[in-house]
Order: sequence, then structure tokens, then C-alpha cells
Amino acid sequence: MSRLTTAITSRVENGETAFIPYIMAGDGGLSALKEQLLFLQNAGATAVELGIPFSDPVADGPVIQQAGLRSLSHGTTLREVLEEVERLQQDVTIPIVIMTYLNPVLQLGLEEFAGLAFKAQVAGVIIPDMPLEESDLLRDVLQPVSIDLIQLVSLTSPAERVRRIAEASEGFVYAVTVNGITGTRQTLPEVTFDHLRELKQVSPVPVMAGFGVSTPEHVTQLGEVVDGVIVGSFVVDAFANGHEETILPLLDAAKAVTTRV
Amino acid sequence: MITYSAPDTRGRYGPYGGQFVPETLMHALTELDAAYKESQQDPSFQEEVRYYLENYVGRENPLYFAERLTKHYGKAKIYLKREDLNHTGAHKINNTVGQALLAKRMGKKKVVAETGAGQHGVATATVSALFGLECTIFMGKEDIRRQQLNVFRMELLGAKVVEVTQGSGTLKDAVNEALRYWVTHVEDTHYIMGSVLGPHPFPQIVRDYQSVIGQETRRQSLTQFDQLPTHVIACIGGGSNAMGMFYPFIQDETVKLIGVEAAGHGVASGKHAASLTGGKVGVLHGAMMHLLQDEAGQIQEAHSISAGLDYPGIGPEHSYLHDLGRVEYTSVTDEEALTALQLLAQTEGIIPALESAHALAHLETLLSETTPEDHVVICLSGRGDKDVHTIREALSQKEDV
Repeated sequence: MSRLTTAITSRVENGETAFIPYIMAGDGGLSALKEQLLFLQNAGATAVELGIPFSDPVADGPVIQQAGLRSLSHGTTLREVLEEVERLQQDVTIPIVIMTYLNPVLQLGLEEFAGLAFKAQVAGVIIPDMPLEESDLLRDVLQPVSIDLIQLVSLTSPAERVRRIAEASEGFVYAVTVNGITGTRQTLPEVTFDHLRELKQVSPVPVMAGFGVSTPEHVTQLGEVVDGVIVGSFVVDAFANGHEETILPLLDAAKAVTTRV
Repeated sequence: MITYSAPDTRGRYGPYGGQFVPETLMHALTELDAAYKESQQDPSFQEEVRYYLENYVGRENPLYFAERLTKHYGKAKIYLKREDLNHTGAHKINNTVGQALLAKRMGKKKVVAETGAGQHGVATATVSALFGLECTIFMGKEDIRRQQLNVFRMELLGAKVVEVTQGSGTLKDAVNEALRYWVTHVEDTHYIMGSVLGPHPFPQIVRDYQSVIGQETRRQSLTQFDQLPTHVIACIGGGSNAMGMFYPFIQDETVKLIGVEAAGHGVASGKHAASLTGGKVGVLHGAMMHLLQDEAGQIQEAHSISAGLDYPGIGPEHSYLHDLGRVEYTSVTDEEALTALQLLAQTEGIIPALESAHALAHLETLLSETTPEDHVVICLSGRGDKDVHTIREALSQKEDV
């Protein structure tokens, strides 16, 4: 079983909710990455999604866009992030998932990317601008080095498409819980939970819900329906403002035992 | 004869094109693709598009023999396809009429679009007023500053213009923001893409609606000089007027097709918008195509005196036609375009758009290899009224130097 699937299911088997925070690599300089990862690891994160900055991040809201621009102003590149992650292997033991738009991967070279990611012991890769139809490109180089290619699924897609994506996804499937881009939100619509239940029923891999999770209540509510949550903008904001401790209540909610319905 | 059938069912032009978009848009694109194909099979829809092109846009427009310009060079006969005479002053409206009618057919009540210089924004605002659609236009902060009058025109037409401050505040950022908006409003909103860019089926839809340019030119050539042109030239930013002009000629091997990109201060200077001449293959805004980018794959800013050519990519079908060798791609600088603009103004009494002046500027190079028996057609994609301020500034700077 993949490292990611194992990490998530072991949490779920304990009655907990898996929790994957997103951080933007190089926001605050790449030298800050070690401290950021260790903070999240010590706080009990199941894995970390590590964002690579891109000049044109169409799937991201303002918070992550700004973080990306800050990171780019430090000159962060995909290659350097992978090399840094490789150096941190001794200390960072939770799985790392790389989230990057496709173009930086293409310019690095598909084979080169797979090789560097393998050396860095990257567990999975998410490409937000590469839907299932275009995903062979990367799957062909990641499969030989056993790195999961995680697909995003939009809950408003037809049921047949949702099932097909869940079946193709490796490690876990990343459910988009609102019709849109990343960012924090007050409430999650009820219809979202119905869609998530349907997805959970058909998915052979764990279901992680993302896009818009920003309160302990969100974590608890989603934890009752799916395997875990991904928290992006809220975490990025917390690190950028030096208030990492505000992430802890969300992690506490994830660690509390929930009854799945 | 060459046979040409791109795109394939996956929206690929050879290795280019495709659908590199967030999953949240995939369903909308599938729907759009199906609705578009259906509309092509519906004669009454085709008739409706034709009706508005004729009675509202003012088609067909002339293929005009530029006699004094021809005499000036003393080589091939030069003809101008007068897209500048369309309602709103450029070829952009051919596409927005088609897409607005398609949006209505799909039951969408709202449209969203990006604009750089404002031409596509104005053309979208215009048809939105015509067909009663709620219109939102995303425009970069920098472009709003440079194109105040077009912002006012759009607002006068009832559109909402949203300032984009993200990124560099120019066209590519406006596309990003329009795509983000579309993701969250996809149920009731159609995205009117302005060029042969973006995810499939947009490059195909825009090409098809713009193909009226090439179809008319082909017919008019046969009527006016009993043969097809020997050369057809068009300027390229994203490449919609060029694609519309070239497409009906692709299978006519004898017709040389030439696309002219904007070289800005010169391709070697790094300050240009020549994605094919000076870029590398990558993925942006949903498609694989040639892009201006750095070694790490970050998209770079384009530079051109012509705001309409100021885009860091080129439509995927152009990338493909380039590889096939069917279209020759070249570039001209800001200065060459300005000179060509003045020449046309003073020989023919036509002030072309700065975009179109790039196509005209290529005559300097091309004509030396032609004879008086050749027929060269230039796509005069738009009129220069919108550029008068920029032209005056540029010319006065030139005099100062």
C-alpha cells in the first residue's frame, strides 16, 4: 500500500481524522522550510502538501497567490525545493506531497522531476491544472518510482466522472468541496456533504476534502463523512503572520475521535 | 492537396492544445464542446450567426486593392482585407457574436471575458448589450491605466469592468482572474475567450468563428483576380485574426501563409512578444503552446507597442502549423510597425491598428521576392483610432532621439 494511503488509514482506524496542511515552499525563504515542516510534524499532521510557486496559479485564491509571489521573490524553484526536501529526510518523516502547476515540471523535465522527487522520497504529486485526461504524461514517469499521482475531483461533476477519477487516483483522492478556488469560507454547503458521502462510497482510495477548510467545526463535520481534510489558505496565512499556533485547534479537532456516519 | 483535420477529439493540434485546466472546469468544457458541435449541425443557428454578421457587424467587408501602396513598392499587388470596417473597428466581433449566440443557446444568462487593450472587452460588451447578457470583463490594472477610453466604452455599453491587481496586472493576469471567476460561476456563465487560446474547445471555436475572414477573402480573390492569393499575411498575438484568415487556405498549397509576431524592442533584447520566435513549449491557461518563460517555467511578461499583441503565448494551432511548416512565422519590431503604419496612412488614407501595422511591416521584407504578377493579401485586423494617443507618444519620442 502507498505511504500516503497507509498514513491516512492508520489515523482513520484510530477514529481520528487525517489532517494534511498545505504550505507554500519558499514563503519566508527556503531556509524556513525545515522549521515549518517540523512544526507541522510535531503538531501531528498526517502528511504535508508542499506548494511550488507559479507565476499564474489559476486554481488558487488570493492568500496562496500572494504566498506564491512572496516565494518567487526569493527566487524559489521546483528543483531547489526538491533538493531541500531531500536534505531534510532525516528529520521530516511524515509523507510529503508536492503540489505544483504543470509548467515548472515541464521545464525541469518530466524524467528529471521524477528522479529528483524519488531522491527526496516524495510520497505524492498533485497537479491542479492536469485533469485525468491529460495525466498519462506524468503517471508514466511517476509510476516506476512509486510516487502517487493524486487526482482532484470536483463534486459537481457527473457521478460517472467522479467514480472514474477516484478509481484512477493514487494515495488518496482530493475532493474539491466548494465550486471554486482555494480560500477560507464561513460555512460549507449541505449539498457538499451529500456529494462527499457518494464519493466515499465509490472511492477505492481514502477521500481527503480540501478548498475552504478553516475552522475546527469544518474539520469535525468533514471528519464524520470522509477520511480527512486538507487545509491550505488558513495555514499559509497563519505561517505568514507568525501565528502558527492558530493551526493547533484544527489539529486538535482532527485528533478527536469522531463517529463516522 | 494537403489534408488537414486538427484538432483531434482530445483537442490536440499535434502535441499542442489539450485541456490543462482545474478539474472544476472539465465538466463545463465537455458541455461547451457538445453544445458547440450541436450548434454547428443546426442550420437555423448558422443562419442566425450569418444574419448578425451581415446586418450588425457589416459583413462582408471589402478586399481592397491598395493601389498607391502597390505603386510605392512596385512589386506584387497588395490587397487589404478590411476587418477595420467592422462594427467596433476590428475582427474581434466576429467571434463575440458567435459565442454570445452560443451562450444564449446554452441557456447562459451571463458572460465573462478577459481583455488586454480593451478591444475584445468592447466587442464582448457590445454583443452582451445586443443580446441582453450580463457582462463582466476582467482587465489588468496596468491596462486599465493605459486604456481609459476603452474602459469607459465598456461601461457605457453596460458591462462591469473588474480591475485585476494580481500578478503583473496585465492580460495574462486578467485571463487568470476570468478563469477563476468562471470556475465559481460556471452554472450560469459562459466564458467568451477572445483569441485562439485556452483549453479545448476554445481555440477551435474562436478559429471557426473567425474563419469568415479567410472564407470571404478566398471568394473575393477568385472574383477580383481569378485566382487565389500568392501570399497571405496576418499579425499574431494570441493569433485569432491570423487563424481565421489562414484556416480556409491551409489546404491550398500554393498560398504562402505568413504570421507576424511582435518583436517589441527586438527579440534579442528580451523585451518582445514573439512567443514562437523567442519562446519555449509549455502550458498556460489550459493549453500546451509556445510561451515566453524563464528556465524554471515562470511565465514572463510580453512587451509590444501594440497592447493587442502583448501576450506571452501563441495559440496552440499556430505552434502546430509552425512545426508542420505550413505557416511561416516571423516578427517585426515596434519601430518597423510604426513606420508601416505611417506609410499606409499617407498612401491610402487608412490608419491601421498597431497590431495590423505589424503585418504591413512585413511587406518590406517580403515584397523584394515577389513580382507584379503576385497577389499579396494583408489582414487589416483593426483600425487605429484606439491607438492614436500611443502613436503620437511614440512618434514624438522618436523625434526627440
